[in-house]
Amino acid sequence: MSAVLDNANLSGPDSSVTATDRSPRPPMLRNNALMDAIFRNLTRFFAFMVFSLLAAIIVSLAIGAMPSLREFGMPFLWTEEWDPVQEKFGALTPIVGTLVTSAIALLVAIPVSFGIAIFLTELSPVWLRRPLGTAIEMLAAIPSIIYGMWGLFIFAPLFQTHVQPFLKATIGQVPGVGLLFSGPPIGIGMLTAGIILAVMVIPFIAAVMRDVFELVPPLLKESAYGLGSTTWEVVWRVVLPFTKVGVIGGVMLGLGRALGETMAVTFVIGNAHRLNASLFAPGNSIASALANEFNEAVGTLYTAALIELGLILFLITTVVLALSKLLLMQLAKREGVST
Amino acid sequence: MNHRYSSGNSMTNKGNPMKFAHLLGAAFAVAATTSALAADITGAGATFPYPIYSKWADAYKKTTGTGMNYQSIGSGGGIKQITAKTVDFGASDMPMKAEDLQKNGLIQFPAVMGGVVPVLKVEGVKPGQLKFTGELLGEIYLGKVVKWNDPAIAKLNPGVKLPGDDITVVYRSDGSGTTFLWTNYLSKVSANFKSGIGEGTSVKWPAGVGGKGNEGVASYVQKINGAIGYVEYAYAKQNKLAHGQVQNKAGKFVEPDDETFKAAAANADWKSVPGMGVVLTDQAGDKAWPITGASFILLHAKQAKPEAGREVMKFFDWSFKNGAKMAAELDYVPMPDTVVKEIQASWKGVTDGSGKALY
Amino acid sequence: MSANLNDASALAREDNPIFRRRHRRNAVMMSVSTLALAFGLFWLMWIIGVLLWQGAGALRLSLFTQMTPPPGGTGGLANAIFGSVLMAGAGTLIGTPIGILAGTYLAEYGHRGWLAPATRFINDVLLSAPSIVIGLFVYAIYVAQVGHFSGWAGAIALAIIVVPVVVRTTDDMLKLVPNSLREAAVALGCPSWKMITMISYRAARAGIITGILLAIARIAGETAPLLFTALNNQFWSTDMNKPMANLPVVIFQFAMSPYEDWHTLAWGGAALITLLVLGINIAARALFSRK
Repeated sequence: MSAVLDNANLSGPDSSVTATDRSPRPPMLRNNALMDAIFRNLTRFFAFMVFSLLAAIIVSLAIGAMPSLREFGMPFLWTEEWDPVQEKFGALTPIVGTLVTSAIALLVAIPVSFGIAIFLTELSPVWLRRPLGTAIEMLAAIPSIIYGMWGLFIFAPLFQTHVQPFLKATIGQVPGVGLLFSGPPIGIGMLTAGIILAVMVIPFIAAVMRDVFELVPPLLKESAYGLGSTTWEVVWRVVLPFTKVGVIGGVMLGLGRALGETMAVTFVIGNAHRLNASLFAPGNSIASALANEFNEAVGTLYTAALIELGLILFLITTVVLALSKLLLMQLAKREGVST
Repeated sequence: MNHRYSSGNSMTNKGNPMKFAHLLGAAFAVAATTSALAADITGAGATFPYPIYSKWADAYKKTTGTGMNYQSIGSGGGIKQITAKTVDFGASDMPMKAEDLQKNGLIQFPAVMGGVVPVLKVEGVKPGQLKFTGELLGEIYLGKVVKWNDPAIAKLNPGVKLPGDDITVVYRSDGSGTTFLWTNYLSKVSANFKSGIGEGTSVKWPAGVGGKGNEGVASYVQKINGAIGYVEYAYAKQNKLAHGQVQNKAGKFVEPDDETFKAAAANADWKSVPGMGVVLTDQAGDKAWPITGASFILLHAKQAKPEAGREVMKFFDWSFKNGAKMAAELDYVPMPDTVVKEIQASWKGVTDGSGKALY
Repeated sequence: MSANLNDASALAREDNPIFRRRHRRNAVMMSVSTLALAFGLFWLMWIIGVLLWQGAGALRLSLFTQMTPPPGGTGGLANAIFGSVLMAGAGTLIGTPIGILAGTYLAEYGHRGWLAPATRFINDVLLSAPSIVIGLFVYAIYVAQVGHFSGWAGAIALAIIVVPVVVRTTDDMLKLVPNSLREAAVALGCPSWKMITMISYRAARAGIITGILLAIARIAGETAPLLFTALNNQFWSTDMNKPMANLPVVIFQFAMSPYEDWHTLAWGGAALITLLVLGINIAARALFSRK
């Protein structure tokens, strides 16, 4: 598009074409050139501002976390101890909590999103596609705090009275795996947080999966159908291998979201700075630790440790989201879709 | 998210969004330049006295028109905010030591007293039915006693049908003066607790779930079967939580109410500690509630904003004079008159930039 | 083997065990897929149902006219609603021009050089970045510097969340404008800045407005960035330079408390936000697809 602009002579017609005297360029045309330059640089300035925002966030967080970085160094990442009185801090519990809840979320969300995407692309009648897609996207629009409230007031009590005892009595009795489902059922905890996160990321993963499924050239699918394949076989053997890279990109987008979720997790994770093998136990995620403790952190080291947690979270999510974007761009490039 | 935007566009004029934007911008400009209506004061800190402070603030605003905006974020937060001067006064249940008061240039005075009580949600157990000793509470919070029908609990409570449910311990996840009072008391009466956990506004709990603020603890105890937590009594009363009796220093099991809190405060010598930072746990007396405490206000001695400093003292002066009945309704104990006089005398130490006393 | 029609149809007949197995598997997987969709819709309806059920009790006029009460008092959410509107409005006003202009650069000027592809990439990362970290960032660069919480800090945090959404939609929408329009304008001697503002913007107007609406819907429910910036305020305040009441933080505080009347107000506020957000989303999509 700007090729048009670059080659066009924007300062007006060549005055030698007309028969009038060779006067200097009229003021209006001079203004245009100035305005062009102003506008162009204005937009470039703001684009640059957006570009540098990421780096600005990382730098300011690093500065804020400096006291903690200097005090604890690398071992911060694998120390479990979180003692504000003794001023000893370690990020292990929040990091593990973040990763575990996100892992549970993905474990539940991936198959469900996959099923939804298949339905939307292959099974659903055409007139139903748009409303269903919108309905699923509404799940994404519901703010995190709503999920938190619903989780604490409705889901957790149900979980405590019905689901957790059931899980404890069944899988909890299996040696080994049963350890994950041991301990008193309290309703809130890592498992609850993970399930609520799953519901929150399903729309993101499903939307990306549906979009990449639609990128598959109909010719490929029709060839398979023409050979007598069932719908499932087409999906599993044609669509999925084709969109593999994009599907992974979508999953990573969901992961990036799950890692950063704050309010929903804060309500139901139980705020315990302790590692525990059981998923029924309360724990902490980086985001929930920040939400609970930041405003009350007394002392520069405590505050710096929390800011360092924020920095770690930001770096993890940036890497995951960047990878997701790269994968999705990779797929789109193969298809010739402009990114 | 990748959206499939449908292509096509229209060149028709669909109304004038720019005009609307102008209006909106003007409205915000007006709102932005309007300052607050009255000389509102801000305070932040302990959740322990929040029910009574907010009641006082409501009444104060109705009588004088000045608002007192109190953010209940925990004693730790109160200390942090007042040291950073982001609020006009801080509130903390853990009294600050004299050296720290000196270092930060703060004065401290107690505003109200109350009691911390154990609350629980156990099937079939009514409020005030279960008896505890400090040692037992220590063992529960250390994670050593894990079931409600443990012999240690049954021994103290013959005749009460205790279910075999797991005990879920609830503690404070934020920096809390209430935690300080609780752990201070348990450290005094249980050597195990003192060595295992110790005292402070934020300690390392070996087991259980963390709630934010007295509100959060009360909220979790309301919801989780078999939970036990510690809250300021007003929270237990307002939310109809089942509380427990605790054995005091004289060996008697007492119920929490303003009588037993007053009994605990009766022997306090407020001048004995600089900054009036007296801790009232484990006091002598037959009727004394063992986990009583005062909640303190922190104020800068040299006020950068003299108006705000004056308003804070005015508010608490008014509350001392007029707030006793409201305090009693919520089972808080107002400061006795003799102590109020001492507090008012200490206010002479609050000066503006030039050294002149403000009140 | 010679191509024998009988053989082919024999293979495809129902009595062929392989055929049956394949189709059985297909039937199973397709029902699983339908179940997955039902699963997703079930959660949606459960959450919205609960919101309406619990929030209906609180959705009264007093919600909009009375201030947030102390525990045990009656009241409404007026100051919180006002604060949220003010901060969301300010955030949108700050973030939208930045977003539109940056998006314009990406779509109109960014065909050569490194800035546009790099900015697009970073913008998409920022789009999904955790909002609590944005709050931490604004705390570090603004709140800690001026020494107090304020509505402006909250507005800045919200603006930072608005920008990537608006950049993305502006970029996409402007890219959809056909080049023929631009070429026609330039051929008539239109300078580039006029061409962009009068032709491209106008053509993409519905899409850009949709983007702004989606950004507003996004920030309407954001809690985390306001926790460390705007804090909260028990009373009515129009002063953006002081802590400001806002709906999400009030809901957080009330919901985590044990007081029943606070819970009711929290549900009312939650229902309000959800209805607003879903309403904006649906309206934005309808607006966009109508053309």
